[in-house]
Amino acid sequence: MTAFILRRLAQSVIVMLTVALVAFALFRFVGDPIASMVGQETTLAERAEMRAALGLDDPFLVQFWNFIARAVTGDFGISYRLQQPVMELILSRLPATLELALVSGIMAFVFGVGFGVYTALRRGGWLSSTIMTVSLIGVSLPTFLIGVLLIWVFAVELQWLPSFGRGDTVYVGDWWRTGLLTESGRASLILPAITLGLYQMTLIMRLVRAEMLEVLRTDYIKFARARGLSNRAVNFGHALKNTLVPVITITGLQLGSIIAFSIITETVFQWPGVGALFINSVRFVDVPVMAAYLMLIALVFVVINLIVDLLYYAVDPRLRVDRANARH
Amino acid sequence: MSDIFKKPEPGRFARAWDSDIAYSFRKSPLAIVAATVSLLIILAAIFAPWIAPHDPFNPATLNLMDGFTPPMEPNQFTGNTYWLGTDNQGRDVFSTILYGARISLFVGFMAVAFAMVLGITLGLIAGYRGGWVDSLLMRVADVQLTFPSILLALLIFGVARGFIPPAYREAMAIWVLIVAIGLSEWVQYARVVRGATMVEKSKEYVQAARVIGAHPAKILVRHILPNVMGPVLVIATIGLALAIIAEATLSFLGVGVPSTQPSLGTLIRIGQGFLFSGEWWILLFPSLTLLALALSVNLLGDWLRDALNPRLR
Amino acid sequence: MAAPLLSVRDLIVEFPTRRGTLRALDRVSFDIAEGEVLGMVGESGAGKSLTGAAIIGLLEPPGRIAGGEIWLRGERIDNLPREKMRRVRGRRIGMVFQDPLTSLNPLYTVAEQLIETIRTHMDLSEKEARARAVGLLDRVGIPAAARRIDDYPHHFSGGMRQRVVIALALAAEPELVIADEPTTALDVSVQAQIIDVLKEICAERGASVMLITHDMGVIAETADRVAVLYAGRLAEIGPVRDVIQAAEHPYTAGLMGSIPTLTQTAERLTQIPGSMPRLNAIPQGCAFNPRCPKVFERCYRDQPNLIARADGRHVSCWLYDAQEKEVSHG
Repeated sequence: MTAFILRRLAQSVIVMLTVALVAFALFRFVGDPIASMVGQETTLAERAEMRAALGLDDPFLVQFWNFIARAVTGDFGISYRLQQPVMELILSRLPATLELALVSGIMAFVFGVGFGVYTALRRGGWLSSTIMTVSLIGVSLPTFLIGVLLIWVFAVELQWLPSFGRGDTVYVGDWWRTGLLTESGRASLILPAITLGLYQMTLIMRLVRAEMLEVLRTDYIKFARARGLSNRAVNFGHALKNTLVPVITITGLQLGSIIAFSIITETVFQWPGVGALFINSVRFVDVPVMAAYLMLIALVFVVINLIVDLLYYAVDPRLRVDRANARH
Repeated sequence: MSDIFKKPEPGRFARAWDSDIAYSFRKSPLAIVAATVSLLIILAAIFAPWIAPHDPFNPATLNLMDGFTPPMEPNQFTGNTYWLGTDNQGRDVFSTILYGARISLFVGFMAVAFAMVLGITLGLIAGYRGGWVDSLLMRVADVQLTFPSILLALLIFGVARGFIPPAYREAMAIWVLIVAIGLSEWVQYARVVRGATMVEKSKEYVQAARVIGAHPAKILVRHILPNVMGPVLVIATIGLALAIIAEATLSFLGVGVPSTQPSLGTLIRIGQGFLFSGEWWILLFPSLTLLALALSVNLLGDWLRDALNPRLR
Repeated sequence: MAAPLLSVRDLIVEFPTRRGTLRALDRVSFDIAEGEVLGMVGESGAGKSLTGAAIIGLLEPPGRIAGGEIWLRGERIDNLPREKMRRVRGRRIGMVFQDPLTSLNPLYTVAEQLIETIRTHMDLSEKEARARAVGLLDRVGIPAAARRIDDYPHHFSGGMRQRVVIALALAAEPELVIADEPTTALDVSVQAQIIDVLKEICAERGASVMLITHDMGVIAETADRVAVLYAGRLAEIGPVRDVIQAAEHPYTAGLMGSIPTLTQTAERLTQIPGSMPRLNAIPQGCAFNPRCPKVFERCYRDQPNLIARADGRHVSCWLYDAQEKEVSHG
């Protein structure tokens, strides 16, 4: 168990260091950091002085080390475009992204598992076939197109829901601005959440279905049936539980994807989140923001991966062999 | 030792084509429709310069008075009629779609080709060399697989764009895009090829090849590639759909192909701007084209996977 | 003779496929008496396991019973509604599968699986069911049953797991136990123990056993009667000793000739040339005709039916047809 976690931790650190290297290279070699900080009238001597003060003349490794040390404390410098500390920018936009991701993640999981189980148990039924066909369209549809089409139908034609922004927001605590507590905030969340969650939902659904069909073919399910257990007990007590073990892994990993795909959804719906911030930074080559986002998204993925691994341990007793033996 | 001179089973491909694949294809109306739609769009894109009624990139043929003509209705000033209407600059939407599909498909096919070559090469190296080369490549693949490919393409594109001097950014955008999408999709090919290589490596004919002095790697390539044709084809087909979607997404976000060469994604981005003013056709037709293309290629890939490996169903 | 516990009459199982319908079992008929152990032997693919699956109502789709009847103690069970058939499974017919490593759900403790099974069929409280479960585990020979019951399946060895499987199959006191190759996946050293446990515990509870295996040694030691299947058809059925010592069907004779015995000092083991036909290529007439050393013209024409012989034996072979005998003797 410990060895396993340590190995995963080491792997995570390597991934983070690699991403940090890329981010640092961006920082250091894209354009001239000094030129982007000072005005035209600064003299060459002043520039040289600044270079030295900022450590830009230090050896590569020293600079890289300093970059990491600053990154760990959340210091990514100042946005070229918005002239604000990057971390401040990101923190102010994080709640919007997280709320969107959370709501669509829950939606995707609930409907994905539900539809997946249904289509696996009622294989060949007309409703199952319909769900499967629609899901294929869901997988093939680019996220942004889903968003655009939803806006067209529900915001332009029917005028039921807002097409952009977060609606009214209120502060919860010092810096968390939430849209979940106001009516317009919740209404604004619906279309983006569907857009973001639809793809993940179809993925989860297809995975649950495939996994469930696999499990239903196993000997222990046949044996459970041969013991006369009710359909309910076999399908939900035995098959579903075994299905969910791998599904949890993938679903957990989907959470990372949801945060990643929020880049697209936020752009379509002009949702004031971190993703939209990043897209603009790519458009304007706003390196500090790009670098910070790169590190942030890598961190999110690494942390989610770790949590999923641990969760996997908690669910599957076969992996707990070490601990069980220690107890006896 | 006569094994060395035995050719790979003659006509195996032809035989397979005759039986299961063709049978499955005939039995699947969905596959037939998907193949027809994909083929039509691809042909239309290739022959765009000859099919398109107008050249949307030639300002001399454009008439601003023709702007915002609805589909199938004569323009109120000029009296010109356009099948799918025109956009704000008077460009024929049908023509822009043909040219847009051309760019989307170009990027898609090139990205798949790049990913395929990269993946197969790395897979062969990993499988054949084994050891630390193999572990390193597979670790990288594992880590990469935890990221969604569109995000990866976006990040690679963003980073690469940063490193390119501003003067060249526009001109090189399309190639950077191809490399970024290709880099985000090589893993699947590498895994399949690596697996096949490791199986074949230990077989007798490879040892035999060594004995008669041929380079075993050469022989491996010749034997493995036919073996992995099936899975590679499936990955490439689904990969093409993915690449088209990735390109469209990036272009829609305004960070893909430059707006002087609008792809389907760019057209949709432009169309979204006219949604609220009622010019729905500028958005709808490029969207439908992209949807039809992505869906039919995806369906084709799905069908191909099931047909080649019925157990996966 | 008392009415049999289980009676299978002209059972036909078919699999519709893309290239036509395959007949996997063709008019198979046999009885199992109260407390009897019936061995069922045959090569892989002969239809042994299918027979078991058909009886307990768990044929894998698209396989289906296309004809015949199955009676359990005077009640027809092959056409029961699904819910009624479910109550037969486990309660009246128990089943032991081949591979103990995959028969148990890895995510539940042995106690959970046993108690669930017991309480599905018997009106017992959680506590009573647990006590019963411990008793069962103890009976099948799990040491320290009261403590080990809360372990997960992966904590047990293969042999121990098969004991758990037997306990599960017998948890609700079924009248018939179908054991499908119960020792094939096990280490040779524990096979005999498992068979002994199964036989003892069934005898003790008066349960009949249908023992499916390809191991004639196991049959010889365990079964009262033996049924021989070939290509989905019953070749021969009769008391074990008679069939082993004086097989009547040429296929059974060949099968016995291929088994080494300690008492016999035969110079060499005989072997049946050729192999069993696939289901889509069963020849006309007798399925065994391409390999049969005693084949004659009629075997290519007509499919033989079971013919009653002395001592409750039956054989489906034209050699024993009264009419043929007249011809050959006349």
